[in-house]
Amino acid sequence: MSDVKKFLYVNRKAPYGTIYALESLEVVLIGAAFEQDVALAFLDDGVFQLTKGQDTGEVGMKNFSPTYKALGDYDVNKIYVEKESLDARGLTLDDLLPLTYEDEDDDWAEKDSIKVVSAAEMAEIMEQSDVILSF
Amino acid sequence: MALEVGGKTVETDEEGYLENRDEWNMDIAKAIAEAENLDMTDNHWEVVNFLREYYDEYQIAPAVRVLTKAIGKKLGKDKGNSKYLYELFPYGPAKQACKIAGLPKPTGCV
Amino acid sequence: MSQLHTVNKSPLERIALESAIKHAVKGNAILMIEDGVYGAMQGTQKSGMVTDAMGDISFYVMGPDLKARGIDEARIIDGINIIDYNGFVTLVTEHDVTQSWL
Repeated sequence: MSDVKKFLYVNRKAPYGTIYALESLEVVLIGAAFEQDVALAFLDDGVFQLTKGQDTGEVGMKNFSPTYKALGDYDVNKIYVEKESLDARGLTLDDLLPLTYEDEDDDWAEKDSIKVVSAAEMAEIMEQSDVILSF
Repeated sequence: MALEVGGKTVETDEEGYLENRDEWNMDIAKAIAEAENLDMTDNHWEVVNFLREYYDEYQIAPAVRVLTKAIGKKLGKDKGNSKYLYELFPYGPAKQACKIAGLPKPTGCV
Repeated sequence: MSQLHTVNKSPLERIALESAIKHAVKGNAILMIEDGVYGAMQGTQKSGMVTDAMGDISFYVMGPDLKARGIDEARIIDGINIIDYNGFVTLVTEHDVTQSWL
């Protein structure tokens, strides 16, 4: 298919304080039905969306962090997290949800979806995208 | 809208999806299925229960493509195809089965 | 007069916390809520701003908002008080004025 475009969803906001994170996730899930080449970028406060152990029971909001774990089922398995953004927030990869997918071309082996990249690499990922949706 | 089940009233939206997922039980599922002219067989329950488990884990109702693939993995290739699922739920496996499972309409179903 | 300052924006995205600290005087309290709770984390680029101000200002952070965001209490800067909604009400009653840094 020659009309497959490279979509990049850029996530820069913390969850819950604003609606951007949830909106982005919903658009990604809806967009996944169109079988495009989809990648997600998490930078700045967006890296907080992927932290483990979220529990919204006391604030009366829906905890949507488990839904990121379904992205692999939706064939969304390129998830780029910016190292500089993690560092600035005192976070490491270990603080993030383990997101995985099953590789159809490799006997359904379970593989990590998250790739930590530098800001320079992130800039290149953006540059190589056909469509960028920023949240 | 509202649904009467065993003397109790549960609220639904205008398309018949439960307003409150926690109110769901098997009698409500049967009542929704009946309104959709469906006889619930073990095969139907298998899909409905699968959807509820999926929702508990991921907090979403899966799109039909995802459902088909996941069912195939869990219950076997003979069930993980759209022909089988559409035979069980003629109005769309994701849409109709989610309604019976008391879940919101799947994300991506417009 | 004693002021309670509330901050609901992440210090890594907006300067609300920085500005609140700059404008708070000795004896004031700063309460971090919603996305403001990221300001209470140890080891971020902005943690120093809070620890430097702790001598004059008392800091509070909303526990339920920490939990929602998966921030373990062990990661909170020492000396910041973790409170709940009742504690919020108490803080408001203990101060003459509440100012929200939005």
